Amino acid sequence: MKSPSDRTSSRKSLPETDVCPELASLGFFKSQRLLALRHRGLLNPEEIDEYIALGGYAALPKALFDMTPEEIVDEVKTSGLRGRGGAGFPTGIKWELARNAESKSGSKYVVCNADEGDPGAFMDRSLLEADPHAVLEGMVIGARAMGASEGFVYVRDEYPHAVRMITRAIEQAEDYGLLGSDILGSDFDFRVSVVRGGGAFVCGEETALMASIEGREGRPRPRPPYPSQSGLWGCPTNINNVETWANIPCIVERGGEWYSGIGTKESKGTKIFSLVGKVVNTGLIEVPMGMTLREIVFDIGGGVPRGRKFKAVQSGGPSGGCIPESLIDLPVDYEELAKAGAIMGSGGLIVMDEDTCMVDLARYFVSFLEEESCGKCVPCREGIKRMREILTDIVEARGKEGDIERLEELAYAIKEASLCGLGKTAPNPVLTTIRYFRDEYESHVLHKRCPAKVCKAMIVYRVVPERCTGCQRCVQVCPVNAISGPRSQPHNVDLDKCIKCGACYEICKFDAIAGDAIYIE
Amino acid sequence: MPRLTRDGLDALRAELRESTRLGAPGRRVRLTVHLGTCGLASGAGKVLDAARAALEERAVDDVVVATSGCAGLCCREPMATVELAGEPPVKYADLDEKRIVEIIDEHVLGGRIVPAFVLGTGEERRA
Ligand SMILES: Cc1cc2nc3c(=O)[nH]c(=O)nc-3n(C[C@H](O)[C@H](O)[C@H](O)COP(=O)(O)O)c2cc1C
Ligand code: SF4
Ligand code: SF4
Ligand code: SF4
Ligand code: FES
Repeated sequence: MKSPSDRTSSRKSLPETDVCPELASLGFFKSQRLLALRHRGLLNPEEIDEYIALGGYAALPKALFDMTPEEIVDEVKTSGLRGRGGAGFPTGIKWELARNAESKSGSKYVVCNADEGDPGAFMDRSLLEADPHAVLEGMVIGARAMGASEGFVYVRDEYPHAVRMITRAIEQAEDYGLLGSDILGSDFDFRVSVVRGGGAFVCGEETALMASIEGREGRPRPRPPYPSQSGLWGCPTNINNVETWANIPCIVERGGEWYSGIGTKESKGTKIFSLVGKVVNTGLIEVPMGMTLREIVFDIGGGVPRGRKFKAVQSGGPSGGCIPESLIDLPVDYEELAKAGAIMGSGGLIVMDEDTCMVDLARYFVSFLEEESCGKCVPCREGIKRMREILTDIVEARGKEGDIERLEELAYAIKEASLCGLGKTAPNPVLTTIRYFRDEYESHVLHKRCPAKVCKAMIVYRVVPERCTGCQRCVQVCPVNAISGPRSQPHNVDLDKCIKCGACYEICKFDAIAGDAIYIE
Repeated sequence: MPRLTRDGLDALRAELRESTRLGAPGRRVRLTVHLGTCGLASGAGKVLDAARAALEERAVDDVVVATSGCAGLCCREPMATVELAGEPPVKYADLDEKRIVEIIDEHVLGGRIVPAFVLGTGEERRA
């Protein structure tokens, strides 16, 4: 008997009976809890009427007419909501700081951070596309609480569909008087505009983002002053992530107490993750804080495809950390991830199987961050470059004794001395892979062997004569004619010609008559 | 549209709930194609076009064709949901232009679910 979760996992397969499973009983959906994604699949994002019919814009009049701004801030504080953009700062406390801050010109601003520079993450894009009014409603409530009269949604340019949805939503909300002056007849004025970001990863950092909105080059500056004291044009500014804003209407409507009943002691509510990589069910999930990685990867994700073995999860994007199989029962919240050396980040989860080389993985993320470093401070600019050089040497079989220790020293120095979060978190993938997979590093450095058989400089393709049937499949796929041999007799790989593309290995494994006659050493 | 007041918003909501209710005139079925960036990339736009064309061809006037954002399960996109008045919604996955037409003929017009393409029935769990 197949369990329902098997069915989500087998693509295009036909159920064997006419009985259809209930959606809520399928592995992928069963333990999700939709809060920020509460309208998933239900509404047309281009029609404000649908949002209203589903109960949207019900929190707003409550916040405008039944609550004082202080009460709104208190409700958010009670909820325990923490920023979903990365650092997890308590939202209510941040709002209170902005609310109490003096503005010389009288202006205050709120910003929605939809830069989402983490490659492979798409939580914020999806939310803006699917439920733009939820984000807007959250922003109006926040603006009211903090006394802001203008807001910005900063979206990356590569998200044209999201830009269209939020732009249209703003127009419709204005038409209904849910944005603009005298909102719902309350005397409260608030306008929102969309700013399209250039797409650099570092522009998601709040001070760089504000510089970009002001029309300056998007580079971070030292904090303090924090945006809540001196943000856009020197005025108090509150920046929150898309998902943070989308949670606000629920908190106002159902109460902070209710919200704080979901999640763990220090991390309340739910979190959206984009689940990608070597996992059967890829997609966007929302789960209560504290759910274990095992439940996420195996129950929701359906495990690793094609019978491969699970190896690790990268949490928090390129500057997040790698969590090994031994920690699979880790409850996912801000504290536990930090203890493991990783971060929640914005919610990217990349699942890796046994075919992933951890040193190569670290090299990949560090190269990304090297490109994205704005170059303003030396430890980040030079330190990340140096880490990438050492890692490249290691994967290209030029590693030297002491390289691992050198990486560790560099990592701590970069963390210590960098100006912004990019530099401060950039060493995470290196430190966590060394922490949990030190033997893999040692094998590369000391024995010039890549245990996952990924690093090309360290592997050799050979034919096992006893197995080879001489079917010549490999000869046909080799791009450089490195394989030869008479039909029906064992073949040979010319190691001087071979460029290690792996094509012969793949074809022999899956398609050859005898199969598996080519091996990697 | 005049700008709303608090009471106006409540009244509008009540009115919309009634007029968009399935079962209201011209609203026997709602066919939703999930159309986020991810769905679009896997061909949901074509599925939507095929659905619209098929309904027009068959001169159907009691089916609301709607779009919505991402349904969450990227690896099974394109997806669509069929909801007949008074029945639980049915979510279909791995769709293409042909399959959606089959679903329209069988389920939307004939009232018979097409099990081969069903992902699941009923609602997701909301907090
Ligand atoms: C390099 C870097 C990139 C960042 N990118 C994003 C981003 O794409 N989206 C986001 O919401 N926050 C990002 N942040 C965090 C923001 O600086 C800021 O903390 C956040 O937007 C605050 O919102 P929150 O309190 O709701 O999380 C980034 C931080 C750093 C250091
Ligand atoms: S830490 Fe890196 S990204 Fe941040 S300001 Fe310094 S150089 Fe720029
Ligand atoms: S594909 Fe495999 S079995 Fe066939 S000739 Fe090549 S090595 Fe031999
Ligand atoms: S690894 Fe690629 S280049 Fe080398 S023998 Fe096989 S097919 Fe040819
Ligand atoms: S982004 Fe893939 S289903 Fe939503």
